[in-house]
Amino acid sequence: MTGEPRGGRIVVVGASLAGLRAAEALRAKGFAGELTIVGDEPRPPYDRPPLSKQVLLGRVRAQDVGLPRRRAVAARWRLGVSATGLDPSVKRVLLADGDRLRYDRLLIATGTRARPWPHPEQAALDGVLTLRTVDDAGRLADRLDAGPRRVLVIGAGFTGSEIASACRERGLDVTVVERGPAPLVGALGGKLGALAADAQRAHGVDLRCGVTVSELRGTDGRLTGAELSDGGRIDADVAVVALGAVRNTEWLTGSGLAAGSRGVACDAGCRAFDMYGIVTDDVFVAGDVARFPHPLFEYQMLSLEHWGNAVAQAEVAAHNMVSAGPDRRPHLTVPAFWSSQFGLNIKSVGVPTFSDQVMIAQGSPQEGRLVAVYGYRGRVTAAVSVNRAKWLEHYRHLIESGAPFPPGPGAADGPPAPVPVPSDVPDPAALSHGPTVALTGHLPDRRLAVVHRGGPADQHSHDQEQP
Amino acid sequence: MSSDTLFDRITAYENRADPYPLYAELRESKVARQHDGSYLVGTYDEITALLHDPRVSSDPRNLTDPDESVFRDDSLPPAFIAVDDPEHDRLRRLAMRPFGPPHTPGRIDALRDDITAIARELITGLLGKDRIDLVEDFAYPLPVTVICRLLGVPHDDIPRMHAWTTTIITSLDLTPGQDRHEKRQTALEARRQMAGYFGELARNRRGRPSDDMLSALVNDSGSDGPLTETEVMTTAVLLLIAGHETTVNLITNGMLTLLRHPEELARLRREPELMPAAVEELLRYEPPVQLLPRRTPLADIEIAGTTIPKGATLILVLASGNRDPLRFSDPDRFDPTRRDNQHLGFGSGVHNCYGAPLARVETQIALTELLSSLGPLQLDAGPPPYRRSPVLRGPRHLLVTQGPGTSSAP
Amino acid sequence: MQIIVDLNRCQAYAQCVFLAPEVFELHGEEALMYLSAVPPEQQEHVRRAVAACPVQAILPGELASIDDR
Repeated sequence: MTGEPRGGRIVVVGASLAGLRAAEALRAKGFAGELTIVGDEPRPPYDRPPLSKQVLLGRVRAQDVGLPRRRAVAARWRLGVSATGLDPSVKRVLLADGDRLRYDRLLIATGTRARPWPHPEQAALDGVLTLRTVDDAGRLADRLDAGPRRVLVIGAGFTGSEIASACRERGLDVTVVERGPAPLVGALGGKLGALAADAQRAHGVDLRCGVTVSELRGTDGRLTGAELSDGGRIDADVAVVALGAVRNTEWLTGSGLAAGSRGVACDAGCRAFDMYGIVTDDVFVAGDVARFPHPLFEYQMLSLEHWGNAVAQAEVAAHNMVSAGPDRRPHLTVPAFWSSQFGLNIKSVGVPTFSDQVMIAQGSPQEGRLVAVYGYRGRVTAAVSVNRAKWLEHYRHLIESGAPFPPGPGAADGPPAPVPVPSDVPDPAALSHGPTVALTGHLPDRRLAVVHRGGPADQHSHDQEQP
Repeated sequence: MSSDTLFDRITAYENRADPYPLYAELRESKVARQHDGSYLVGTYDEITALLHDPRVSSDPRNLTDPDESVFRDDSLPPAFIAVDDPEHDRLRRLAMRPFGPPHTPGRIDALRDDITAIARELITGLLGKDRIDLVEDFAYPLPVTVICRLLGVPHDDIPRMHAWTTTIITSLDLTPGQDRHEKRQTALEARRQMAGYFGELARNRRGRPSDDMLSALVNDSGSDGPLTETEVMTTAVLLLIAGHETTVNLITNGMLTLLRHPEELARLRREPELMPAAVEELLRYEPPVQLLPRRTPLADIEIAGTTIPKGATLILVLASGNRDPLRFSDPDRFDPTRRDNQHLGFGSGVHNCYGAPLARVETQIALTELLSSLGPLQLDAGPPPYRRSPVLRGPRHLLVTQGPGTSSAP
Repeated sequence: MQIIVDLNRCQAYAQCVFLAPEVFELHGEEALMYLSAVPPEQQEHVRRAVAACPVQAILPGELASIDDR
């Protein structure tokens, strides 16, 4: 790192949870220099989890989910303008309005956006929506208020399932179409996926698994329904495309950073790698856009779309941005997330998809209350509770200590003997819903062929995709 | 006696006024095996780990100690405090239906005005007196009046509640050498009588709903079905006892602590909005439930390098965890503005205190009203006389002298 | 006053619901929902809930905005 760590210019690209928390942490840790925060949405940071829950249920207005700030960040806010490029050699962020922002240190926290319906003319039909932003949520809530005859939800990941839950709670007919074998299997595997499917059907969802939407139909520019891959037809006046997220890394094309569709690779201290795998010392990454190695999961690169990861990683990144080498900290938080749907409070610690086996350790699906423990090669790697949140802390300790799997018997409400079964984690490519946790291995996003430094500093485009 | 174990010394009455040095000694070993085969745990991380460990049972029937058979009462099943999931979960959820969320979220908040009125009435009776026993005159009558009203016990029956409760609580006295068996039998008989009382009260409510909790427990049921008549009886006994015994101590310990910290007391008089955080700090600093005496592992459990065998008596000293310097900075300091105060005053995990929200509201109101209405209070020198129990610890009396500033006594 | 609850920390002790039932609610047995923007008349209730949360999961603050100097 060059210069005084607590002075100089810091630019944070991304004005959502990770960006705000990082900015606050920078100030909390004594950064006294110039701070600029860039966000492509025209509004101050807000909290996304309520958008698919309270907001769709009509309990909270979409525009009321702003984030509390924990301290003044004294920043220059550049909102409503996206970053379009990065030139690390001269330390400049390019903005869509033509501005170039100088930085001494940069934090990339550009997050993700909703994966759009792949056919633009169908996606443009009135009634076809996605859910990622406040505006999305406001539009969808308005549609639900209007009382559609049927809502079609495409993709049964967490977002899709929560949307379906809200629809049913509002008494709306809803069809969920999922290419995979069950809802949530991409995050929780087959065993709990089956529980999720039962919960959806018990709440009156018309759930169609192993099926895709082949076409969204419309008349006069308005959605009327969908054709399914099994020949079925759905009449619906609202369709929500919930196919997972796309990481916002396009603006880094040509920057020379290890950035691609799976995120921006960084080390455990949130420092970005360049495309050669060399760690940078002035570019940091945090939140949904980051890929980082985790020692609990064989140092595989993880991409997490988790609220808690954004918070924790932002704080580590900020700390490391203003700290000299030996004072820097690793980002080692055990991943965790929650979802509430169909009366179930689902909480997870660890990485359920990093598993080969799973067992019910407490409760049972019949009771609607349980804890499932996941193991990989004889070690506990994750646990998921359903309406059993108070026990989860115990399993987090097991994960942190690499405890043997299956855990021993003895839980008062557990089975007499552990019965591990295959965790049935599907190939994410076979799902409609993108996984919210991705193990992206050691594979680089792009394979390097020829690497010569030649022309202008911002022309790092010598890397080529191999066929 | 030098052969006394640490637990003997913790429970010895002469140490009741200040057990904290003993707790510091306990924390040095994290897990301390006693010569009778029980295990004492006093460090924060280990206590919380055990409270969240599904292999730790709250059901004394899982203890291997044959002595524990004296605790059994085959005529009356245990209440939810002494059973494990899934039975605990079912009973507690049913008991929660008329008390709190998700079915009755506003009940406790709606009691604020009532509680304030009761507190003010009691304080009005104190204004002319220069000598006050804060226990008899205030800290006891307030919560007992509230819980009886909440459950639906007629005010005139409070003395009977008091007698039964005292007998039952006295049996929690773990002083060694006393005849535990006889004491237990007396306690079990008191519990049976109290349960019988509630059984009769409940029968009168059946089909004739009123707005108290007992009526709701009898007449209202969810998807798990209703509580049986016996379950209503044991639940009501538990709620009545737990609903005031601990709060008496919280209020009394609270006033004692504030009187020993006059600067903090003065600050709370000036800034009553600090009271909610101050009550949390009291729950850390002088918790009314000092220890959980009768947990037991359902399998051998290794913790902090020690294996606690299945069936052993496991004693979790919450009040020691609350003073653990590895968790709380400057833990022996009473700091009403302490941050990140995740104390163990109400326990933790699935058996966390059911009545915690009521105790909080009562204590916040009680202390606020006392501070705002009474004149300067002078504490007698030396520690007050304590009640016997090392589990539910608190002064038996707390005599204070009220200085000028209120109407003078003759 | 604006709040968020760290629902990774939340273990559904529901103390906030008891103390500020107009702002917090249990949705089903243990899923917590809440109003992010606290109405002025509920702020005292929410402050009590913040103090009482056994896992200190409620984060209050002023609404993050761009003029925070």
